[in-house]
Amino acid sequence: MSLDTKKVLFGPVVDNNPIALQVLGVCSALAVTSSMANALVMTIAVMLVTAFSNFFISIIRNQIPSSVRIIVQMAIIASLVIVVDQVLKAFSYQLSKELSVFIGLIITNCIVMGRAEAFAMKEKPGVSFLDGIGNGLGYGAVLLVVAFFRELFGFGTFFGIEVLQLTQNGGWYQGNGLLVLPFSSFFIIGLIIWAIRQWKPEQVEKD
Amino acid sequence: MSDTKKTETVGGTLIFVLIICLVCAALVSISAVGLKPLQQANKLLDKQTKILEASGLLEKAGTDIVGTYDKFVEAKMIDLDSGAIIAGNTDIFDERADARDESKSIKPSNDIAGINRRANHAVIYLVKNDQGQLDTIVLPILGLGLWDLMYGFIGLAPDLNTVRSVVYSDLKETPGLGAEVLNPRWKALWPGKKMFTEQGDIAIKIVKGGAKKGDVHGVDALSGATLTSNGVERTLHFWLGDEGYGPFIAKFRNGGLN
Repeated sequence: MSLDTKKVLFGPVVDNNPIALQVLGVCSALAVTSSMANALVMTIAVMLVTAFSNFFISIIRNQIPSSVRIIVQMAIIASLVIVVDQVLKAFSYQLSKELSVFIGLIITNCIVMGRAEAFAMKEKPGVSFLDGIGNGLGYGAVLLVVAFFRELFGFGTFFGIEVLQLTQNGGWYQGNGLLVLPFSSFFIIGLIIWAIRQWKPEQVEKD
Repeated sequence: MSDTKKTETVGGTLIFVLIICLVCAALVSISAVGLKPLQQANKLLDKQTKILEASGLLEKAGTDIVGTYDKFVEAKMIDLDSGAIIAGNTDIFDERADARDESKSIKPSNDIAGINRRANHAVIYLVKNDQGQLDTIVLPILGLGLWDLMYGFIGLAPDLNTVRSVVYSDLKETPGLGAEVLNPRWKALWPGKKMFTEQGDIAIKIVKGGAKKGDVHGVDALSGATLTSNGVERTLHFWLGDEGYGPFIAKFRNGGLN
């Protein structure tokens, strides 16, 4: 793996994280992080959509008329999102029942559009595909960290397996009601951004 | 972006957009049509799982949901106003579509469950035991919770009074609070409760702070979810009442299924 490929693929995980640095795609990060399973499926869905939309847009980047390029990108992204939703309904019905609304909203996820416009319109298909995977990884890393805390301290479980027994199930742990609700992700994402910027001060914006 | 691209002209742009639309439309159609059989099978499996859960057969079924369902469960369509069993294709019956159709539904005069319109017909499920006798009758219910309608099933013993189960299948209640209606510990409170008094009045109630020991009509409310708990109680009262399964229950008690 060359240095460049590595940078494209793993750069977005910490150095150029779409949520933590660019603060994109936060809305879905709030909604789907109540459990690890949901966050994982959402991550895979976003990763696939970003990778393939980057790939297809990159293939036709020299043909796309600049006057309608955003609409063309949207058409491709929307088609891919519908396909992902259909596949999920066919192969993982339980998860699709919970996630269907948010899968549809991947269309409006700024990460997907942002990468199409900023990367795939300029670069070759192969490296654009990797960029999509990389940004999916970056998005997923934040989602899974948020979901880990929300599920563990909100519901006392990890991937649905009981870790802290809740009082309503006869245990000792009183679930944190705040973490059960979507907006608690704001606090966790904020803390993640703070932690990353402590570690990598170059990410701090200049006044 | 160079200005020499062929597609930068008006005609070129239109043709390009047309081609993109066709390709995308083809992609979406193929996936939707191609995956439809699998999706429908999933939907059916989900419903059958809930019906088996409501009848207490889920553990016995293990992984063989379809086989167990086919062996023990029989779906019947009933007319809610008369309570009579009528002919009809139970597989394609869609309560939500019927409830939107003014010719196939009514507006309940006393809409305590907040459902707005009630379909004229309903599909009920007769569940047999190993000896082939009627063991549980599963009735679909719906009613307003805190956020939205909650769909589910109640399983009743053949006296149509003793509760076997209350199982919700589709709801949007708050996780950790209202959504605790799905908690196995709460569901375990239901079996053995009686829906009616001996005089035949609807008596089932959700008790805030916990039902007294030995109270056959009371079930503990969910803590932190008063509105959802109220919704469950009203839903049951509506569906057991005259505009719900009341006529069917009366008819069944008088002459069985005939």
